[in-house]
Amino acid sequence: MNKPIMAAAAALALLAACPALADQPKQGGAAVVTFNNDLTTLDPQVGYDWQNWSVIKSIFDGLMDYKPGTTELEPDLAESYTVSEDGLTYTFKLRSGVKFHNGRTMTSADVKWSLEHAINPTTQSPGGGYLSAIAGYDDITGGKSTELSGVSTPDDATVVITLSRPDATFLHIMAINFAYVVPKEEVEKAGADWGKQPVGTGAFRFVEWVPGQRIVLERNKDYYKAGAPYLDKLTFEFGLDPTVAVLKLKNGEIDIVGDGIPPAQFTEAMADSANQDLIAKGDQLHTGYVTMNVNTPPLDNLKVRQAINMAINKDRIVKIINNRAVVAAQALPPAMPGYNPDNEGYPFDPEGAKKLLAEAGLGDGFTIELYAMNVDPNPRIAQAIQQDLAAIGIKIEIKSLNQAEVIAAGGSGKAPMIWSGGMAWIADFPDPNNFYYGILGCEGAVEGGWNWSKYCNQALDDRGHVADAMVKDDQQAERIELWKGIFDDVLKDAPWAPVFNEIRFTYHSARLGGDPVLYTDPIHIPVNYDYIFAKDAQ
Amino acid sequence: MLGYLARRIAAAAFILVGVTVITFSLSYLMPADPVAMIAGRNSTAETRQLIRQQLGLDRPLVIQYTSYVARLAQGDFGRSYARKTDVGDLIWSRLPATLLLMLGAIVAELLIGIPAGIYAATRRGKKADKAVMTLSFVGVSAPQFVVGLSLLYVFAYMLGWLPLGGYGTFAHLVLPALTLGIAGGGWYSRMMRSSMVDVLRQDYVRTARAKGVPEWRVVLKHALRNAILPIVAMIGLDVGIFMSGTVVVESVFGWPGIGQLMWQAIQGIDIPIIMGVTTVAAAFIIVGNLLADLVAPLVDPRIRLR
Repeated sequence: MNKPIMAAAAALALLAACPALADQPKQGGAAVVTFNNDLTTLDPQVGYDWQNWSVIKSIFDGLMDYKPGTTELEPDLAESYTVSEDGLTYTFKLRSGVKFHNGRTMTSADVKWSLEHAINPTTQSPGGGYLSAIAGYDDITGGKSTELSGVSTPDDATVVITLSRPDATFLHIMAINFAYVVPKEEVEKAGADWGKQPVGTGAFRFVEWVPGQRIVLERNKDYYKAGAPYLDKLTFEFGLDPTVAVLKLKNGEIDIVGDGIPPAQFTEAMADSANQDLIAKGDQLHTGYVTMNVNTPPLDNLKVRQAINMAINKDRIVKIINNRAVVAAQALPPAMPGYNPDNEGYPFDPEGAKKLLAEAGLGDGFTIELYAMNVDPNPRIAQAIQQDLAAIGIKIEIKSLNQAEVIAAGGSGKAPMIWSGGMAWIADFPDPNNFYYGILGCEGAVEGGWNWSKYCNQALDDRGHVADAMVKDDQQAERIELWKGIFDDVLKDAPWAPVFNEIRFTYHSARLGGDPVLYTDPIHIPVNYDYIFAKDAQ
Repeated sequence: MLGYLARRIAAAAFILVGVTVITFSLSYLMPADPVAMIAGRNSTAETRQLIRQQLGLDRPLVIQYTSYVARLAQGDFGRSYARKTDVGDLIWSRLPATLLLMLGAIVAELLIGIPAGIYAATRRGKKADKAVMTLSFVGVSAPQFVVGLSLLYVFAYMLGWLPLGGYGTFAHLVLPALTLGIAGGGWYSRMMRSSMVDVLRQDYVRTARAKGVPEWRVVLKHALRNAILPIVAMIGLDVGIFMSGTVVVESVFGWPGIGQLMWQAIQGIDIPIIMGVTTVAAAFIIVGNLLADLVAPLVDPRIRLR
């Protein structure tokens, strides 16, 4: 008899029989999550890939966090905060009694030191730049000082942060991993191995890391949030091919396939009725797009870029990836504030596209390169785009390379067109500002920047700065409207052809419970480990 | 003999240096920027320049190379760009897994290849011979990914006899070694067959048969001893082949060896790891070849060292 089906059927029967019991989170139990690649580091100021992002969130905390499964901010290590009238001074009152995993109580001095550590160039933090609004930032990056003058600690439980300019995203920045609080003595003691032996204040404490094999975390019994986490032990196993991981999950040996369901098994997994409650589905703050270098002829002609937007058959591309995405007509994903549900973008209209090309004087078409990452399904998507554009007379030469090379070609401006798959932008925090400056703004259009279309509209940048200076609560609605307008205007200039927004699917075992939204948490990607629980815990 | 050894070791050192030069140049000639990978997508030009300076990547290539080699001579492989861990630690902690897999693969391919080759040679021209040769062809051609997954699916998932990938016990070693052994075994069976066919044609074999020695003794005692010589020499080369060829099997089975490490490092342009793994692998290949060359004349006195 087919073991996995029997087990799943039994689990479902049990669930059906006692729905109330099945939904109550229980304390205890363990879970195993698999990843193909070993995590690179657990250093919150350094870790910046989607695998270690949420693990770090479970070991460390910051002043702010988000309500589980949502994009709503809430105070975390800070018990409360106040913002001054001019938006330049934030006063955080710290929670009392928060302990690091080594037993020491966290104080305001730790918050200050952690921010300095993130900004200090020797830390090589990829996200130190997010803290640039804090006064004194330039002194540290310039090497003039190691102390952050914009942060003061009048007492052990108060942190006062002064900004050099008002920043409406500042609270989001305080919730990001790079601003997490770390204990100075442990960082200094561990030296270069700090990323391998993390000590934080979070829900899980670090137990061991066998390189290439596993990381083991255990419940922090002194965690200041009563009741969380539910699991006693969390193990991450590495090196497992996702196809094999799915087999292991069916066998009951592991609990979550961290890399997601491999494309080859996706249709089969979704069609299997036993998996109905086991595959959580959620939106991501992601957009996949084709960038067009606005400095490279003939892409410097607006009509050409608009024609390309109208020629791509996005429904067909979504089918190529087994409907794991929704068609996108604008840069912002639907879950992002500032998304304009009334803006339908460019229609799919190959005839109209040909007309535009003719108007641009390119009725005979032209040849141009399209760069793409060489990992499936991106080459197939590039081929679909190639076919779509061939239908309007544009001949595409596909350059399928490894990720780092495509990124380099985009940064240097060498690539005229890039399909962003595998390197697409996922928001670091749920604010439209994060989807603009680095990838569509002038500051990202420099050599080595991620604005691969080299699009630079100073007027839009200025409007963005105005919006970001609106820090008061009663200005927030207006601010989002401003950003909506900015993105509407970006779409008119068509530096990108947005194609789709990926949907996240997380496959987990029947014995793990919790709201499905925890398994596709938009912030604790992919899973919010603090709140999932084991149904079979004693 | 000693002179031969000394000459070979000198050549080996020369080759190793050449390997480091070529790998170093290739890593830096790649049209991709390791600093961009480390600094992340939000980095400003200033941050990237600072990181470049800290890692010493703004110095001329020759200076970077000589300082790398100087530290290498002291056993310091540097630190990984992405993980900040000591590369030496990373490599030495994972090397035993790859060596174990290599050992298992060599045993598997010999266990498969030698008997198959002998069998085919003794049934030369008949259907059995053709069957074995076809199977060996399939074994050599089948992609490791497919073979590995198929074995896992049948023996680990459906039958549950063996674990579904992972590392730790002998049971974990069986399927990965078998996957590598099938390809190697196919190759060795052909070599064994042709070597055995040659030996079985020799005069002394005819003599043994004429003396009335039973056929199995002729084959296994008299002929095998000579027929196996080329195989023994080839095993040394296998060290080299497996050093670089285990990436796929390590990925499928979750085997924590250096193949996996290398694959990840290449994706992220983690140059210290790439340099370190290539140098260590090259050293093993050189030693393997040296051993093969030393063993060959010991086993076959007809070979003269030059």
